[in-house]
Amino acid sequence: MEILVCARRVPDTSENEIELNSAGNDIERDDLVYSINEWDNYAVEEALQIVARVGGNVTVVTVGGEDDEEILRREMAMGATHGVLISDDAFSGSDGRGIATILAAFVRKGHYDLVLTGVQAEDGGAQVGGMLAAMLDYPFASLVNSIEVLDSKKLKISREIAGGNKEISEIDLPCVLSIQTGINEPRYVGMRGIRQVASVPIPTFAASDLGVDPGSVGTTAAKVKRVDYFVPALGKGAEMLEGSREEIIEKLVELVAAKGGLK
Amino acid sequence: MARIFAYIVHKAGVADDSAAELLTAASKIDSAASLTAIVTGWGADLDAVCSTLRASYSEVWKIANEAFAYPNAELVRKALVKVLPQGSILLVSHEHFGIDLAPGLSIKLKSAFVSDVLGIDGVEGSHLKVVRQEFGGQVSAHVRCDISSGAVITIRPGAFKPLEIAPVKGSVVDMSSDVGVLAAGRRYLETVVAEAGDVDITKHNVLVSIGRGIQEKDNVAIAEELAEALGAAVSCSRPVVDAKWLEKSRQVGTSGKTVKPKVYLACGISGAFQHLAGIKGNPFIVAINKNPKAPIFQVADVGIVDDLLEFLPEFTNKVREMRTVSAK
Repeated sequence: MEILVCARRVPDTSENEIELNSAGNDIERDDLVYSINEWDNYAVEEALQIVARVGGNVTVVTVGGEDDEEILRREMAMGATHGVLISDDAFSGSDGRGIATILAAFVRKGHYDLVLTGVQAEDGGAQVGGMLAAMLDYPFASLVNSIEVLDSKKLKISREIAGGNKEISEIDLPCVLSIQTGINEPRYVGMRGIRQVASVPIPTFAASDLGVDPGSVGTTAAKVKRVDYFVPALGKGAEMLEGSREEIIEKLVELVAAKGGLK
Repeated sequence: MARIFAYIVHKAGVADDSAAELLTAASKIDSAASLTAIVTGWGADLDAVCSTLRASYSEVWKIANEAFAYPNAELVRKALVKVLPQGSILLVSHEHFGIDLAPGLSIKLKSAFVSDVLGIDGVEGSHLKVVRQEFGGQVSAHVRCDISSGAVITIRPGAFKPLEIAPVKGSVVDMSSDVGVLAAGRRYLETVVAEAGDVDITKHNVLVSIGRGIQEKDNVAIAEELAEALGAAVSCSRPVVDAKWLEKSRQVGTSGKTVKPKVYLACGISGAFQHLAGIKGNPFIVAINKNPKAPIFQVADVGIVDDLLEFLPEFTNKVREMRTVSAK
């Protein structure tokens, strides 16, 4: 099975405190630690596990710039067969539709049985997978938390729905699935693995290579644009307990007891 | 101003709570708009939902088709593309069905798409200004959306409070015949109900709930010891289940359990809305987190900025001490 995984490099929220910059219009991007979007990493692991069962290749693609190569190499160190960078100045400022347009052009150039994305990105909104599927007229399922290959024409999948329940469906190939965290346990990637793929060339495609009309993507085509970032004042917030740890614990025990938590 | 529609999610003949929330959201886009509900389904359940919605929506478009006996986003998309007027604004709840439906629908309608909206500032010319959250709720963003060719917008559940509105006597318009034959590349087979698990966290008055901040599986014991001292149960947020440190049955949130404890100790939990949506009944929330900017501090009653791996064992010792004293 030929599997394409669409991935993104994002600021890592488990490594960073995301704060506003001094101008108050963007997040503070100096010293941010970036990593592969967590959902996308699960998608790559899932692709690798499928290929291990039924054979095939895993290609990881990202739309971005040179800095984004690092996540491609990381996923290649995990076991992905190929990494592909799609990069063009014309793509800058694309909204979700723009990114889906670029990816759709790339998918049409290849022969993929299955296209995976993460359910969402840290700063995105669960959009590219569903858009890509609609552009390609492929079936789509979001929030996928298990995949079983039935035959060369279809999969049995499970979606995560409310209350921890699972919705089981059959879906025809080729299709696009957006992968939920927890579907598997992504393998560890050591520095040694990353060094081994450090010099593997990464093919790069520009708008003209994919036949993408620069007017259909990027800032000019974007219908959706972020104006600024802000931190809303929500409610009164918590009463912060201060003092030494002993003093805080003393106070907390009193509070918890008063609320009926120590019976 | 474009016509505004709300796609209504329903189950067993009852409209989802979001039906009332979408009315509020629509009023923030255009306070004078008459909002039309669109409902797809089949049989008596569909009729029941439509007749309830007439009390709050001035018009209800009913699309009955046997293929909708179980909602399939691809089929619903095909139906909506056929019936929605060009340039419409469609609101959908940002839950598992809306996430399946909305992005692809926006492509087929050639309209803009904004997801998981939790605030609406209003319309300026051909643009709608909305509020979203990014990075797990650590920051919010204003987003401008060009609605001149319509828009599909998913609305965060619970973000818009239902308005007190006088009941209307809306009409039900049957659009079923406009839809035609429907086929999809995805076919529903069955729903597998979540396993009960060893501990029922919904039955406990006190929960020691752990998140990503617990850092590794071996540290779960620290929370278990505190829970034992308090007579509480250990629950958790999604990353702990994803990492397989606790069973799914311990997860609090939209994709886990809804709990109603008296006291909720959120330990190393950042406070994503999917998690908070699983906490009901206004418990006393204590947040312990080493990140002072964590969104959990916005909703907690009491906050402590500390390393929980050091704080929790000391807290446990104190609780045990209290127990011993009171037992004497």
